Amino acid sequence: MASYSTNEFKGGLKIMMDGDPCSIIENEFVKPGKGQAFNRVKIRNLKTGRVLEKTFKSGESVEGADVHETDMQYLYNDGEFWYFMDPVSFEQVSADQAAVGDNVKWLKEQDLCLVTLWNGSPISVEPPKFVVLSVSETDPGLKGDTSGSGGKPATLETGAVVRVPLFVQIGELIKVDTRTGEYVSRAKEE
Amino acid sequence: MNPRDLWRPSANPQMLQQRAGMLRRIRQFFDSRDILEVDTPVCARHATTDPAIESFLTRYTGPGAGSGLECYLQTSPEFFMKRLLCAGSGPIYQICKVFRDGELGSRHNPEFTLLEWYRPGFDHHALMGEVAELILSLSGEPLVVERHTYREIFQQTLSLDPHMAEAVELRDCAIAQGIAGAEQLQLGHRDAWLDLLLSHLIEPGLGRSGLTFIYDYPASQAALARINDEDPPLAQRFELYWQGMELANGFYELQDAEVQRARFEADNRQRRSAGVPQRPADEWLLEAMAEGLPECAGVALGIDRLLMLLTGCRDIREVLSFDFERT
Repeated sequence: MASYSTNEFKGGLKIMMDGDPCSIIENEFVKPGKGQAFNRVKIRNLKTGRVLEKTFKSGESVEGADVHETDMQYLYNDGEFWYFMDPVSFEQVSADQAAVGDNVKWLKEQDLCLVTLWNGSPISVEPPKFVVLSVSETDPGLKGDTSGSGGKPATLETGAVVRVPLFVQIGELIKVDTRTGEYVSRAKEE
Repeated sequence: MNPRDLWRPSANPQMLQQRAGMLRRIRQFFDSRDILEVDTPVCARHATTDPAIESFLTRYTGPGAGSGLECYLQTSPEFFMKRLLCAGSGPIYQICKVFRDGELGSRHNPEFTLLEWYRPGFDHHALMGEVAELILSLSGEPLVVERHTYREIFQQTLSLDPHMAEAVELRDCAIAQGIAGAEQLQLGHRDAWLDLLLSHLIEPGLGRSGLTFIYDYPASQAALARINDEDPPLAQRFELYWQGMELANGFYELQDAEVQRARFEADNRQRRSAGVPQRPADEWLLEAMAEGLPECAGVALGIDRLLMLLTGCRDIREVLSFDFERT
């Protein structure tokens, strides 16, 4: 992997930091008029999602990280790993618990997810912005309530729990915004 | 920003008005004090030897130099202005473009505008007073003016003596104060550790309630300032900070040509050991100083930054007609 000097730092550049792949969020050039120049960098650890700061001496080089993002189809979970397939090459990769993280509750077979690969292995998985899932458990709602006011919790087929309007029944399909975890609408089979 | 919009100026029309107004008031300030405006070359055969400042190198080919002549874009008008002083100019000021390679960020542009002036008969304390008067006249509102020595400011903020502490103590302080990555930094010189502490931990808090002058720098950071006879010897140099930003750098000017020559040589030795190109010292400046530089103080003030502070901008691009990306 190539290395990058601080002069090549910019938002989105992927570098190795303390053994983990990271993405640069912000790069600030700091220099006294007559003195040593530094780069103060804000970076996101792509494995943990944590944001950290780091100061480099200007002109220093750091190792680049072989990281890229690609759309992959979620296939199945074997109890230990979650399997994804490249829809073009049909190549498969397996993601562990750490890589899927909390997003496991939005993973539905066949859905296209954005998978971040480091040295070819998934380190994070982003579900589609909207998913359609069936309701597997919820209290029976009140007949005639169509306003959606109040709402009730519903457990979905993937295990996610979202608040839904009172009229939503077990077995129905609903559309959910995965960024907020909020109910959007009822949905039809696609 | 859409890349197709890069033809547009980076400053808005109101900012261009404010910029013109500021330049006009600066000239009025100096005219009213009988300080002569001068205009010195930007392109020259010599360059600064300062190890922390890189010059742009260019080339002249033509009459007088058939096989070409290396020229440098000036990083400050200091050498030419001192040659004027040695030739008897009296007090002078200049508003000019200067060029520094490798400097680009929210407070840096490789080409920027300096206001530089020299006052025969002044020392650095008298000149700090005049710098404050200029800024007060431009800001139009009363500002508290504080002066602290370099040592005081380190002792107050970090409880260490910047003149005595060893590099390892400075490094420990940087780590203890939580400068991320300080453990891995490889800094050759203790001055670089001082720069790290100053820029990361001290500077952001300076000049929050008005203008803060820092003076009496370590002798190792004297640049072109004279060094006094105290123990430890201190560089008679000052910097001005306002709202957490470095704005000006001034010297009680070194007069001794031989000492000046030794500093140029020391700079070039430091350049050689850092693996950066050495720079030709200005022999004509040395000749002029041998002839006699009047006792004087001089200061350089970054007026793009001054305009940022007067107008509340956080990015230097907002005050430049065209920032570097658009040139």
